[in-house]
Amino acid sequence: MSYHVNKKGYYGEFGGAFIPEMLYPNCEELRQNYLKIMAEPSFQEEFDQLLKDYVGRPTPLYFAKRLSEKYNTKIYLKREDLCHTGAHKVNNTIGQILMAKKLGKNRIIAETGAGQHGVATATVCALMGIECVVYMGEIDIARQAPNVARMKMLGAEVRPALSGSRTLKDATNEAIRDWINNPVDTHYIIGSVVGPHPYPDMVARFQSVISKEIQSQLLEKEGTENPDYVVACVGGGSNAAGAFYHYLDNPDVGIIAVEAAGKGIDTGESAATSALGKVGIIHGSKTLLMQTQDGQITEPYSISAGLDYPGVGPMHAHLYKSGRAEFISITDDDAMTAGLGLCQLEGIIPAIESSHALAIFEDKKFKPSDVVVVNLSGRGDKDLKNYIDYFKL
Amino acid sequence: MNRIQEKLRENKKLLSIYFTAGYPNLDDTVSIIQDLEKNGVDMIEIGLPFSDPLADGPTIQDSSTQALKNGMHTALLFEQLKDIRKTVSIPLVMMGYFNPVLQYGVEEFCKKCQEIGIDGIILPDLPLDVYQEEYEALFKEYGLINVFLITPQTSEERIRAIDEASDGFIYMVSSASTTGAKQGFGDEQQTYFERISAMDLKNPQIVGFGISNSDTFLQATEKTKGAIIGSAFIKHLTEKGVGQIAEFVQGIR
Repeated sequence: MSYHVNKKGYYGEFGGAFIPEMLYPNCEELRQNYLKIMAEPSFQEEFDQLLKDYVGRPTPLYFAKRLSEKYNTKIYLKREDLCHTGAHKVNNTIGQILMAKKLGKNRIIAETGAGQHGVATATVCALMGIECVVYMGEIDIARQAPNVARMKMLGAEVRPALSGSRTLKDATNEAIRDWINNPVDTHYIIGSVVGPHPYPDMVARFQSVISKEIQSQLLEKEGTENPDYVVACVGGGSNAAGAFYHYLDNPDVGIIAVEAAGKGIDTGESAATSALGKVGIIHGSKTLLMQTQDGQITEPYSISAGLDYPGVGPMHAHLYKSGRAEFISITDDDAMTAGLGLCQLEGIIPAIESSHALAIFEDKKFKPSDVVVVNLSGRGDKDLKNYIDYFKL
Repeated sequence: MNRIQEKLRENKKLLSIYFTAGYPNLDDTVSIIQDLEKNGVDMIEIGLPFSDPLADGPTIQDSSTQALKNGMHTALLFEQLKDIRKTVSIPLVMMGYFNPVLQYGVEEFCKKCQEIGIDGIILPDLPLDVYQEEYEALFKEYGLINVFLITPQTSEERIRAIDEASDGFIYMVSSASTTGAKQGFGDEQQTYFERISAMDLKNPQIVGFGISNSDTFLQATEKTKGAIIGSAFIKHLTEKGVGQIAEFVQGIR
């Protein structure tokens, strides 16, 4: 059994391209070309070069000594927080901007929730001198003023999504509508492993550099490419897809996906899609999503804006349904505590998203000899206001 | 023969109207349908509201949001429509997004449609290949015609495949856009209408998107079998209420 996408764009029963006909030519153009383009030596060369010189890869695989002592196991942190722009998101936007250029597109659109993917997209558009429009929910624009300012400084136009609940899912709807209205010259840079095929696979491949580096770095440090476990937080799931990618079909490596329980799974304020979701269609993909009995998509909640998505990428839905991955959900409180813990033990301020992954050690026990790699997907600068409010700093 | 197929045989240009069920008020569904028929509309698309209507512009989005706020849901819509065939005889088509249908249960949905006397279904985000592999047999069993969309960007090869898979009409989206985004037709649309007309498809085409008045209706139907009006009708309902449907329809032809 493979946990990668099949030829028809499915992970088990999940995935596909449930899109209106207006989007068919766009997705089809991408589907027919993405693997070919990614295999071109000139593409790979430019991608690798930019990841190295511009993003700052490879990111370190850091043995967290004091954290390991505290939990009596061997914890490594994959330092995606050290990427340019502060998170793993830029791995994907670099890949997709090069893809857009190869496809001859001269206009970029993107959606963003907290603004991290918007900033990563605006960054690569500035780098390449390409017009950039970022859709962002009106409510998120008010909540995330510094990232809105960053995008503007980088030359992007930030358009408020005024429909529905005016957050990430609506920003995604607006970006898709823009693509329907501009099918020829525009490329849509989706920020996670969501959306219609081939997006989940394409984004996972661009992010797979994370697990590729873990393999060689761990070989150097531990004499084996394989950790016992690899752990990552999952909203849409792009950092997790990257961290899991080269281990998906390797049964020696345990996979742990960490979702945001928000205020608790049963409180009605949660984003734990695996626990609360049912099979359905969101943004062109068949996957698990939070919805009413009538099939209306509901609004999730998490203190972490990056995990605040009512669906999950189809790869992760399959990992959950098949039992290949263990899914754990972590509350706001436990994530915040774990985030502060990392600051104090290791001198690293993590993004609140990543803090969810760090929080599993309180309840989940590992053997002292276990090697556990946690993908530290982003840094906490963007979350300072949340940390200040929460801890009354 | 299905009512849609019968209607398509009539020697006239067809006017089809879309409205969102549950808008402007929860219980307007039946009276809107009756009024539309009374005023000479040939076919009606009953919109099943969805929280995330990807292919729709602000007018239909807002009507969907309001309809859901009013309390509309699939089971209630079926309940409202249960006696519709006692008073209405023109073809009725259910139009919506796939997820609410999936949650209701596709077979159960089809069965309910047949019981009520629904003639066709339009689900823009149910792709051709998935329909053919998983649902075609079911739709046929319950006597429902599935309607596919084509756009100016749809390749000739795909239009042929869609024509092959259709047994009613083809919903011809007039331009690359969401609903209600554009008004009127330019040379580009005329060329597109002529190009499709010259393909000599087995299914007639009905044009949607961009039709709002008698001028655009005439332009859209010059080379095709008919036209669908959605956003302009919803706007009319918003501005004039449900009492002025005659005025709207008579303004079209």
